[in-house]
Amino acid sequence: MHSERSGIIPEPIARQPWSMLIPLFMLVAFGAAVLYSAAGGSMTPYASSHLVRFSVFMVMAAIIASLPRNFVRFMTYPAFVIVLLMLLAVEVLGQVRGGSQRWLDLGFMDLQPSELMKPVIVVTLAHYFASLPVGMIATWRALVVPGAMIGMPVGLVLLQPDLGTSLAIVFGGGVVMLLAGLPMRWFIAAGAAAIAAAPLVFFFGLQDYQQRRVMTMFDPEADALGAGYHIAQSKIAIGSGGLFGKGFNNGSQSHLQYLPEPHTDFVFATMAEEWGLIGGLFVLAVFSIILRWGLGVARDSRDRFSNLLAAGMAATIFFYIAVNLLMVMGMAPVVGIPLPFMSHGGSSMMTNMICIGALMMVNRWNRNAPRGGLSG
Amino acid sequence: MKRFFNFNSGATKRSAVVTASTLKNTFDRRAVVIGGLQYGVGVLLAARMGYLAIAENEKYRLESESNRVNLTLIPPRRGWILDRDGAPLASNRADFRVDVIPERLSEPDAMLDQIGALLSLEPDRIADLKAEVAGSRGFAPIEVASGLDYEQFAALSVRLPDMQGVVPQRGFSRFYPTASSVGHLIGYVGPANAEEYEEDRNPILITPGHKIGKDGLEKQFEQGLRGVPGARRVEVTAGGRIVRDLETRDDIQGDPVRLTIDGPLQDYAARRIGLESGSVVVMDCLTGDLLCMASMPSFDPNSFSDGIGSVEYSMLREDRRVPLRNKVLKGLYPPGSTVKPMHCMAFLKAGVKPTDTIVCGGGRRIGNRFFNCHSNHGVVDMDKAIAQSCDSYFYHFAQAVGFDEVATMAKDLGMGQEFPLPVTSQFYGTVPTPDWKFNKFGREWQPFDTVNASIGQGYYLASPLQLAVMSARLATGRRLNPRLVMDDAAPNPASYNFNSDEINHIRQAMSNVVNGAGTARRARLPIPDIQIAGKTGTAQVVSLSVSDGRSGPWKYRDHGLFTFFAPTENPRYAGAVVIEHGGGSGSAYPIARDVMTFMFDPQKGLDALKSLERQWGGTAQERLEKNYAAYAAERGATVAPPPRRDEDIFDRVEAEARVAAQQSEEIADEFVAPREGQY
Repeated sequence: MHSERSGIIPEPIARQPWSMLIPLFMLVAFGAAVLYSAAGGSMTPYASSHLVRFSVFMVMAAIIASLPRNFVRFMTYPAFVIVLLMLLAVEVLGQVRGGSQRWLDLGFMDLQPSELMKPVIVVTLAHYFASLPVGMIATWRALVVPGAMIGMPVGLVLLQPDLGTSLAIVFGGGVVMLLAGLPMRWFIAAGAAAIAAAPLVFFFGLQDYQQRRVMTMFDPEADALGAGYHIAQSKIAIGSGGLFGKGFNNGSQSHLQYLPEPHTDFVFATMAEEWGLIGGLFVLAVFSIILRWGLGVARDSRDRFSNLLAAGMAATIFFYIAVNLLMVMGMAPVVGIPLPFMSHGGSSMMTNMICIGALMMVNRWNRNAPRGGLSG
Repeated sequence: MKRFFNFNSGATKRSAVVTASTLKNTFDRRAVVIGGLQYGVGVLLAARMGYLAIAENEKYRLESESNRVNLTLIPPRRGWILDRDGAPLASNRADFRVDVIPERLSEPDAMLDQIGALLSLEPDRIADLKAEVAGSRGFAPIEVASGLDYEQFAALSVRLPDMQGVVPQRGFSRFYPTASSVGHLIGYVGPANAEEYEEDRNPILITPGHKIGKDGLEKQFEQGLRGVPGARRVEVTAGGRIVRDLETRDDIQGDPVRLTIDGPLQDYAARRIGLESGSVVVMDCLTGDLLCMASMPSFDPNSFSDGIGSVEYSMLREDRRVPLRNKVLKGLYPPGSTVKPMHCMAFLKAGVKPTDTIVCGGGRRIGNRFFNCHSNHGVVDMDKAIAQSCDSYFYHFAQAVGFDEVATMAKDLGMGQEFPLPVTSQFYGTVPTPDWKFNKFGREWQPFDTVNASIGQGYYLASPLQLAVMSARLATGRRLNPRLVMDDAAPNPASYNFNSDEINHIRQAMSNVVNGAGTARRARLPIPDIQIAGKTGTAQVVSLSVSDGRSGPWKYRDHGLFTFFAPTENPRYAGAVVIEHGGGSGSAYPIARDVMTFMFDPQKGLDALKSLERQWGGTAQERLEKNYAAYAAERGATVAPPPRRDEDIFDRVEAEARVAAQQSEEIADEFVAPREGQY
């Protein structure tokens, strides 16, 4: 469908992946409407900045999309090192100033290096596996070096402490390793080890409040006024919306402040209360269109670097969506992960638009490189 | 899929088979599986959302609604308690009040200090509140203050967002216009305690500002007086801020209760008791209506309804005149000579003629023992026996007739009986008989028992209410029952069918007590052409060897009693006055005289009272307040707190009343020798 030509529409515009972009624009606009309601019927402070940010990051995504492959591969390791150093800087500054800190003040914006690390780890691993001689995929070099590449940033992010982002980095990196063709038994073994270690991590690794959040998932009523409150109120908001919702701007759960964080982590509940199951299915449909397109881009690409890069980016977006939606519906613990393209918040918008930009970039490479061409 | 899970292949054919194209194959396979997993999660999410929004929609819609809408009960206005003329004995006053709900206070002590400072509460009140909050069950509201002025109320209301668990509101509080005069009769109100809420899980019971009857008629008529609560539905935020009113339903006031009590008379009698400890009962001779049931000293129900303070409770507890005891119903006293006219009726019934005489030689020999009289009366007939209260006459004829006969008459006229009254409890006393004594003590009835009982001493015990009923029944010759609540049914009590000559003889003798050569000549009414008839009584509580009954320690002094009816010819009112440890009947009949004077000529009665109150230092209520201030200044810091439950207070008072009633029993196992001039 990318190759369709029309006499009326100029070629640079016609070749954009509209089948993904149009649903994305609709989703962002819908998100702005939900944020308008979450602000009590006002464009400020959420909806207008949501649209402005999307516009800015769309431009950024377009710039990313135009980058040449060699330049990207050339810049990959330096970028990884720079982001790693920024993570370290955050940690050091936090130690010096006292108290934990997650962002760097660059003067013109606050930057969360941990957010940047999510796409960067995907590019880095894609580059590593693309460079790794084919025959070494089942050797220790396929495991230890990527393991260290994932382990260093994850360790630093855990120190912040930010469990959600750590998991996102592990997930993105893990998917790239899986798709790179590492022996399946390694994953099985890692999974078994994770299951065995889970109780230890739960009792010794998690903070008190995190333990409560996990327990809450199994029994929301146990702590109805504490950690369970968020989940319970979120389920009430979603459940009370019914099929068609209570109507735009009529959500009592969000407007009367029963719903915590109605504009960020629980924006889906805010939406579902007012738009009902129909609104929820629309959001799920748009997400599945975007992810399906992303995986399509990954499969269509002819070289290993592009394969892994695109699939890793799609997985990163998927991780956000899945964890957030499972959480608001009471099927995952409360971890602070916002919903892509709908939640109000610059950092997650930036990360997701980097992923979109990277997918558009690979998509462009695919079109320019003839199918079956040589890969690097 | 099969190849995907074929993880052994990598191990066995490691470097030999892996090529760029097998890796691409692996990628494609695994990408398909990951895509499938993502779809799986998508379908799971859609299904979960459908379940929440469709299958459980009803449940969550309700929960959302109960989040959004807050239902506040509005405590109903309590029904009024009226006197026979419709004047309120208990009414409601609009006021501003503040309650706290203990379980919603994060730091109770700090919050109470803050409220205390805002409302300038007394330090001991704040200390009481802290103790009460600490000992409470949490959900039941505790009153901090009522009767606030608007400025205090506003000062508190603007700080509400920072004061979780504090509930200021406009409401109604109970008001008793005659205060302590009706304390024992009406009782008071207070917030329901945890036990009461356990029994009756009515949400109104734990609504801030709602109070229920705690004692007396307030408790007895609780269900009728309560009314139906109103409700206010408001939309609230999670923080509790009210967004808007949705709907308000007004409360329905409780039904009034109209008593037979004559409010002004009740107040007058209570005040007239003065510094003494005692009770006054007045009944209407036509209907049995209780016009007055005064028991003093008493507590101030207005103050009790705001919560019983430690200092107040401690002062009332320490008072030997037991202000917490309703003496009309729970005071038991040997009736003394007040039973003599009734005993004469028993003698007449047994065949004694009014003209039969005995000789009183300062006493009389019964069997082989000489029993003293309080004086030497010479030749005594029935008239003189009543008017001058000659004991020898009663020793003789009670012995002759047999005390079982006398006791039958006593019970018939109301002694030892309970009456169908809406009161929480009434003591019924004792009419001693040989059987009763044997059952209780395992000892035979002795001649001195007859002697004691014949003049209302020994084991004989009666309450002021019973004495009044006896008096009314003698005055009318009808089986009058006391009545406390006005209703349409006009009672038509059965006649005793007394021989009219005989009963008139008794009545004349009782008239002579006051108007002839009797024992209570100072009881004459200061009103021309209205005469009062009566009978004096002096009840010993300790033997003559301990005290002479008139001076010495207060608790050893004789009780003073007087039963009466007026006017003599056509009795309209009957009653009884009992003064605890008053030193003899001389403490009782002046009160009866003034109360009856007030009945027939209120102005004259009030004039008499006012001059007395000037000597006493104010009305009963004024003196109570003065005593409280003095006590608080002196003892304020050292008092023990009252029991947590109001019931405990009154259970204790009742138990003590039973013990007190046994005081005279201790000397009953011996002849209670009357002292000189004891009538």
